[in-house]
Amino acid sequence: MSIIEVDGLTKTYQVAQKKEGVLGALRGLYRREYREVHAVERIHFRIEPGEMVAFLGPNGAGKTTTLKMLSGLIYPTAGQARVLGYVPWERADVFRRQFALVMGQKNQLWWDLPAADSFQLLREIYAIPPAEFKSTLDELTGLLGVEKLTRQAVRELSLGERMKMELIAALLHRPRLLLLDEPTIGLDVVAQGMIQKCLRDYHARRGVTTLLTSHYMRDVEALCDRVIVINHGHLVYDGPLSRIVERFSETKLIRLQFEAEAPDDLGRFGEVVRRDGPFAEVKVGRSQVAAVLAAVLDRHSVADVSVEEPPLEEVIARVFEEARASHDAA
Amino acid sequence: MTPLETLESPLEAEVAPSAPVPRHRYAKYLAIFRVSLAERMTYRGDFFLATVFRFLPMVTTILLWQAIYEGAGKMQSEMAGFRYRDMIAYLLLTHISRMFSSMPNLAGGIARDVREGTLKRYLLQPMDMIGYLLAYRVAHKVAYIVTSFIPYALLFFVCRGFFDGLPDPATLAAYALSLVLAFLVGFFFEVSVGMVGFWFLEVTSLLYIVMTVNFFISGQMLPLDLLPEPWAGLLKLLPFQYMAYFPAAVFLGKIQGTSLWLYLLGELLWAVFFMILARVLYRLGLRRYSAFGG
Repeated sequence: MSIIEVDGLTKTYQVAQKKEGVLGALRGLYRREYREVHAVERIHFRIEPGEMVAFLGPNGAGKTTTLKMLSGLIYPTAGQARVLGYVPWERADVFRRQFALVMGQKNQLWWDLPAADSFQLLREIYAIPPAEFKSTLDELTGLLGVEKLTRQAVRELSLGERMKMELIAALLHRPRLLLLDEPTIGLDVVAQGMIQKCLRDYHARRGVTTLLTSHYMRDVEALCDRVIVINHGHLVYDGPLSRIVERFSETKLIRLQFEAEAPDDLGRFGEVVRRDGPFAEVKVGRSQVAAVLAAVLDRHSVADVSVEEPPLEEVIARVFEEARASHDAA
Repeated sequence: MTPLETLESPLEAEVAPSAPVPRHRYAKYLAIFRVSLAERMTYRGDFFLATVFRFLPMVTTILLWQAIYEGAGKMQSEMAGFRYRDMIAYLLLTHISRMFSSMPNLAGGIARDVREGTLKRYLLQPMDMIGYLLAYRVAHKVAYIVTSFIPYALLFFVCRGFFDGLPDPATLAAYALSLVLAFLVGFFFEVSVGMVGFWFLEVTSLLYIVMTVNFFISGQMLPLDLLPEPWAGLLKLLPFQYMAYFPAAVFLGKIQGTSLWLYLLGELLWAVFFMILARVLYRLGLRRYSAFGG
C-alpha cells in the first residue's frame, strides 16, 4: 500500500480583493469582490514506503498548500487523498499519532523551558511507552550531537540548535511519515549539513517515508532520489533527480585550461561563457560533447579539461520558467 | 533502497494505533498542567510584583468611598445594605473573585493562534485545543495563587478592620464552590470570545469593549445592589456577575438559604452553557479555517 495517494487534489481559495483608499475600504464593507486563486490543480502522485521525495516549486507554487492538505490542516476543494490509509482532514487521532509535520522554525517547543520538558510533554501527548521514548531520545540526541543541550532553556539556544530540537520533537513518536517544509531555511551551511546528515542517517535506520520542500538544492541533492516539481498548482515533473537534469537541460559545460592563451574561435562549438587568459568555459549541446572535445584537443594543447552538468539550481529555474511559459500560453 | 528496518514498520503500524490505553486521554492533560506549572513558575517574581502593584489603586478607592459615605452623611448607616466597611470589604473580595475568573491573554491568544497559524499544532498532534488551554490555565492560576498568597494574606491582615471575621463553614464552602465555578465561567466565556478570531482577524477592540463593560456589569466597580431596579435584578441573571460580584456577596453573607443554592445552580448552568458554546464555535471555526486558510 502506498503511504501517500493523491488523486486530482485541488485547492481553490477565494481571496477578498481589497480596494485602494478609504472609499474603497468602505465599499468593501458591504460588497466584497473575490478572486479565485488556484493554489493546487488536479495533482496526482503516489509515494511508496521508505521513499524520500523532494517537493519543488517556486514561491506560491502550491507546495505548502499541498503539505497542509496532506497533514489535514485544510480541506481540498476537490479530489482525494489517502495518507497512511486515512483521509487526512478527518484528523483521526490514530492518524495524527503516525506522522509529523515540521514547518520552518514555527516551533512546538516551550520557549522558557528546557527542550527536555517539551519532549516529556510530547511523550504524554503521543502516549509513547517510557522505554521506547528513552531509546528514541538517546538515538536522536546522539545523531544530532545535542545530548548536553536538552536541559537548557530553548530561548538560549542558537537557531541551528533549536531546529535540531524541533526535529527531535517531531521524531520522538517515531512517525511513519515525515513532512518537512523548508527544514533548513535560515541556517548556516554547517547547521544545514548537520540537519541533512541527521535526516539521512535517520532515514537509513528507520526508513521513514519523507516528503520535503526546500529552496536549497543542496538539501535535495543530499537527500532525495525522487523529485516532484509543481508550478502554478500543476504537477510538471515527477521522476528521478538525475533525469531532471538530462531532460531539462540540453547542454553541458566544458571547462578548459590551455597551455597558452585560450583561442578566440571557441564560439563555433557553442556558447562561450567565460574566456580569461588560459581559461575558458563553453556550453555545448549534450550530443556534441565528444566531437567538440576531440576537435579542441586536436588543435590546441590543453592542460586540463572537465565536463560538467549545469548546476541544479539553473536547471530547476529553467523548469519553472518553461512551466510558466506554457501556463501563460494556455 | 529501503533499509531492513522498514520491515518492522507495518507491524508497528498495526500495533501503534491501538496501543494508547484510555488512561492517556487524561494523562496528557495532566502532563500539560505539570509543564505549564514549571513554565509559569519561571515568572514568579513577575507575579509577586504584579500582586503588590495591583493593590496600590485600592488606596484611592478606599479614600473615594470614604468621601462618598461622608458626603452622603451615611458613615454610620448603610447604602443598599452596605455599610462603609462592608463596601471596602466587598471591593477587596472582588479581587479574590477576579483572581479566579480573569483570564489574561486567553481570548487574544486564541485569536493570535488563528491569525499566525500557530493553531496548527493543536490540529497536528493528537490532542484537543480547549483541553490543552484549560490544563494550561489551571496551572497558570495555581502558580499565581501560590506566589501571591503571602502578599494577599498580608493585605487582608492589614485590612482586617473592614471585615466581621470569617463566615461560618457552610458559607465558606459555598464561597469556595462559587470561586471554582467563577473560574469555569470566566474560562469558557473567554474561550468563546477568542473563537470570534476565526471570523475576524483583529479582536483587540472587541476584547477591549468586553473588558470595559465586564468591569462594570460584573460588579467590580460597585456592588450590583447599588443600581436601581430593574437593572440590578437583570444583571444578576447575566453570567458576568459570577466573575466578581457573586463570590464576594456570598462571602459577606449577603446571599443565603434557597437563593444561594439557586444562584450556585445558575453559575453552574452558565459554566455549562459557555462550555458548549465554546465547543460549537470551535467546530464551526475549524471548518471555516480548514476551508479558507490554514
